[in-house]
Amino acid sequence: MSTIPQELKYASSHEWVRSEGNGVYTVGITEHAQDLLGDMVFVELPDVGDSVAQGDDVAVAESVKAASDIYAPISGEVVAINDALNDSPELVNSSPYGEGWMFKIKIADEAELAGLLDAAGYQAVIDAE
Amino acid sequence: MAQQTVLFDKHVEAGAKIVDFHGWDMPLHYGSQIEEHHAVRTDAGMFDVSHMTIVDLKGANTRAFLRFLLANDVAKLTVPGKALYTGMLNEAGGVIDDLIVYFQSEDFFRLVVNSATREKDLAWISQQAAAFAVTVTERPEFAMIAVQGPHAKAKVATVLTAEQQAAVAGMKPFFGVQAGELFIATTGYTGEDGYEISVPADQAADFWQKLLDAGVRPAGLGARDTLRLEAGMNLYGQDMDETVSPLAANMGWTIAWEPSDRQFIGRSALEQHKAAGTMQLVGLVMEQKGVLRHGQRVVVDGGEGEITSGTFSPTLGYSIAMARVPASVGATAQVDIRGKLVDVKVVKPCFVRNGKKVI
Repeated sequence: MSTIPQELKYASSHEWVRSEGNGVYTVGITEHAQDLLGDMVFVELPDVGDSVAQGDDVAVAESVKAASDIYAPISGEVVAINDALNDSPELVNSSPYGEGWMFKIKIADEAELAGLLDAAGYQAVIDAE
Repeated sequence: MAQQTVLFDKHVEAGAKIVDFHGWDMPLHYGSQIEEHHAVRTDAGMFDVSHMTIVDLKGANTRAFLRFLLANDVAKLTVPGKALYTGMLNEAGGVIDDLIVYFQSEDFFRLVVNSATREKDLAWISQQAAAFAVTVTERPEFAMIAVQGPHAKAKVATVLTAEQQAAVAGMKPFFGVQAGELFIATTGYTGEDGYEISVPADQAADFWQKLLDAGVRPAGLGARDTLRLEAGMNLYGQDMDETVSPLAANMGWTIAWEPSDRQFIGRSALEQHKAAGTMQLVGLVMEQKGVLRHGQRVVVDGGEGEITSGTFSPTLGYSIAMARVPASVGATAQVDIRGKLVDVKVVKPCFVRNGKKVI
């Protein structure tokens, strides 16, 4: 049974989204996703300043098992990336919702949030796998 | 219906992530395959290898039979217990399997062959043995645990009886001896010191628990793969198969050409391979971020090849691979990683031994 925090929003491609206020949202991958991938060895992140559209592949999580694309769950500008993942990609495994965060986006259109899943909706995605 | 070894419940108890391995439910890892890898390189880890196939060959002509069956020469095995690694070839000089053979006595040799190739190996061996009147007996009643790492032997010693400790005292690498109810071999698939221990199936869970209590860490298939690739050891079905010559699989060193009058299955085809030249299995090292993976195209001087096994090397901190490429290959190559050509170094296919980088 993997953890799906109630206060987050989700994409069916296993990214989570957390509001930080002022239109800034933190993005990472779920506990379920890191369990599927196995031990993370490299995380390729976007650059600060990049413009991304919802659904674009913007990062790559490379685990021992496979390389997986990470998709932007919302459109906007990348305003921060988690440099700690350079030396410690395993934070994605040990703390997928905390220290394993990947990047932050300043949202271009708040209306996109309505299209994201809530915790129950994401649970349904996992159950259907 | 997947098969389970007698240690399945112990794996579940230890928090294993269970996956299918050629029809067996096996532990991929127990939390982190990278941590399990490090435990083997720095301390002691253990693998359930009970799914592997133990075959006992008995009869007065067993030695002669094996000198015909195998590409390496069991004439080298003169001290009881001594073992060697070899390919078992078909008439076209392709590899049916790779295996270890342990000399026990003139009328008894033991083979340990791969799990995935069990049926075809047993059929082939039995078919070939008939002419030599050698009996072929599979031993499925034994489980097998590989304990590997610099502290493996010391930790195993704490769970052996005094007689068993005496039986293995000072045992050199590549030996296998019966010690009470255990068959203890100084062989392994990690490049570290340690043992592969066959134990009666009904005692296996208790033995595993004793090893746990002695501080040996369970390690799964994920760690097994990164360890063996670092050590430059082939994985049958991936680095070679029946369509591949041992000369194209970094197994040339396992072929005993002398004495030149030893007829072994595949010899004449092999001589043709040698004369014509073959592709080479080389090592690749990529020091930039990224992971080399099975099936990726490799561009070299004079042609192209393919990665047979690739992974992230936890001990080195970057990616390594084995690749089959034209013999014209030079000191560098390029690998097509998701459409981008990335530079890699070409090395001998062995990267880590006894915990140390050798490239």
